[in-house]
Amino acid sequence: MPTVEFEGHTFNVDEDGFIDDFNNWNEAWVRHVKQVEGIEELTDEHWKVIKVLQDYYKKNGIAPMVRILSKVTGYKLKKIYELFPSGPGKGACKMAGLPKPTGCV
Amino acid sequence: MAQTPKPEELAKIEHSPPLMEGWMDRPVEIREGFYCYGAKGKNLAAVGMPNPRDWNPADEDWKLPEDWKEIVLDGFKDRLDRFRSFKLFMDICVRCGACADKCHFFIGSGDPKNMPVLRAELFRSVYRKRFTTAGKLFGKLAGARDLEYNVLKEWWYYLYQCTECRRCSLFCPYGIDTAEITIIGRELTNLLGLNTDWIQAPVANCYRTGNHLGIQPHAYKDMIDFFVDEIEEVTGVRVNPSFNRKGAEILFITPSGDVFADPGTYTAMGYLMLFHYLESMGLDITWSTYASEGGNFGFFTSHEMAKRLNAKMYAEAKRLGVKWILGGECGHMWRVVHQYMDTFNGPPDFLEEPVSPITGTKFENAKGTKMVHITEFTADLIKHNKLKLDPSRNDNLVLTYHDSCNTARGMGIFEEPRYVIKNVCNNFYEMPSGTIREQTFCCGSGAGLNAGENMELRMRGGLPRANAVQHVHEKHGVNMMACICAIDRAALTTLMEYWVPEVQICGVHELVGNALILDGEKDRTTDLRGEPLPGMEDMEEEEDV
Repeated sequence: MPTVEFEGHTFNVDEDGFIDDFNNWNEAWVRHVKQVEGIEELTDEHWKVIKVLQDYYKKNGIAPMVRILSKVTGYKLKKIYELFPSGPGKGACKMAGLPKPTGCV
Repeated sequence: MAQTPKPEELAKIEHSPPLMEGWMDRPVEIREGFYCYGAKGKNLAAVGMPNPRDWNPADEDWKLPEDWKEIVLDGFKDRLDRFRSFKLFMDICVRCGACADKCHFFIGSGDPKNMPVLRAELFRSVYRKRFTTAGKLFGKLAGARDLEYNVLKEWWYYLYQCTECRRCSLFCPYGIDTAEITIIGRELTNLLGLNTDWIQAPVANCYRTGNHLGIQPHAYKDMIDFFVDEIEEVTGVRVNPSFNRKGAEILFITPSGDVFADPGTYTAMGYLMLFHYLESMGLDITWSTYASEGGNFGFFTSHEMAKRLNAKMYAEAKRLGVKWILGGECGHMWRVVHQYMDTFNGPPDFLEEPVSPITGTKFENAKGTKMVHITEFTADLIKHNKLKLDPSRNDNLVLTYHDSCNTARGMGIFEEPRYVIKNVCNNFYEMPSGTIREQTFCCGSGAGLNAGENMELRMRGGLPRANAVQHVHEKHGVNMMACICAIDRAALTTLMEYWVPEVQICGVHELVGNALILDGEKDRTTDLRGEPLPGMEDMEEEEDV
């Protein structure tokens, strides 16, 4: 499994650069993903999305469906794409340390 | 992840095969954008698959056991003995080429090894060498070759470029089912732990939680509760679904994509509204958080895995004591249900022949499996005038219908979804005749190919379907394509964004939900997606999320 070295931390990642285990997430990881995703500045809005994703994941063991993410944050999908150009899955979930959803999705 | 070329570039396709060069002389080239990542060791181990380890298809070394060749050839022989169809399909092809230009992957890629005849020939060549006298004696002259490491890689690369859609079989004068060859071929790769992770991860999840996404019971209920709130927002009516309820008459099973992924989530809202509408008329139905998946990625792995993952349907029906099962809008679920379930895990002698509690119609076609397709159920309700419908609520939509391969070619569902659509919508146009019904073109992402890393393959494979959509979009202004499969709903959405961005995707029961007039509902101003209804455009500042 490939690894990423960032700010003195070592992260195991999958082929798409998702962290291997939510328990290994930390704030350095967020700064790393910010860099690879080309996000200029991390705002409170980014952190709000990350927090909603993580809270849901801790409770349910899965990322929330996009419509729940929108409803709870109050951000329309367009806004989420503005914050995370790769979208709610490949951008926001990656930054929050959640795994990719698989199946008929 | 590989960059996907722009549509203008991708549409330049070369269909002339290389001259003066035999296909066997051209070794496989594993190209990025065409394959899915290798199955993770943990996901292989989760269901006891052989050779669990992380591996990368782009690497030289696939980390195979030393005796991999014997394992595959023994597996080959075993399946020739067990599956008469497979043996027959290895023997009888006359290479007439009728199938060659029928495959969406060949049409969209121009790669000769995506002609169904040649994809099968990748196997037949090894079959001849090992299991026929002519092949043993004359080798390459008889179209035979050894199973080398590179040949195995070639098998793998092209097995996971087939969506098992069976369009090719329709045109084969012998009726050779290339999908069955792919199915057996994939079984052989799975003897070595060579699944893709896009298939293996859902299989592992499904075994653990009952569904591909790994949704646990409390989360499943949470998702449905979200839809209940959303329905109330649109209609003013609060629906009240039940879960795992013993003694219910009917068990409802649908793909987990419907409760998680857009636009399937709107279809799930449609089911909930329909069930609520029918409750006072005698419908007694329950959802299950255990049989929480209609789909079966085990079917893309092996017969044994398909059987294992399918078992929960009858097990849950028995546990709850229901009379029969109603199935949602899913593609390959119906292939498994219609063609395998009865002998995999049946006969379900504890169930009864399905009868609609509303119309009294006996679904005699479901006598064997005791499982009815929801479009049959709803079409029957409409036919008996049991639903109050206002199709004008869908007047912003100009519809076409995509026949999902598994329900169309796999079980002949052509009329029911069309009948429902025409009763809940006013604007409907068919795509050209060679691209619908039994000749339908695949979405390009079925059989577990709907991942992100093989996007070029998916967009190429979906080109024939997209081309037909573009035709009706330009001719009739079609802006919405309905389908009855969860992979379709996810995959066609991506396909349309790429090729025909003016067209969106929906399930049939989303349209039913829009048109259905519920008792006590408020004046609706939006459809289920929160988009303003026709004539309401100026009144609404609703969320369009």
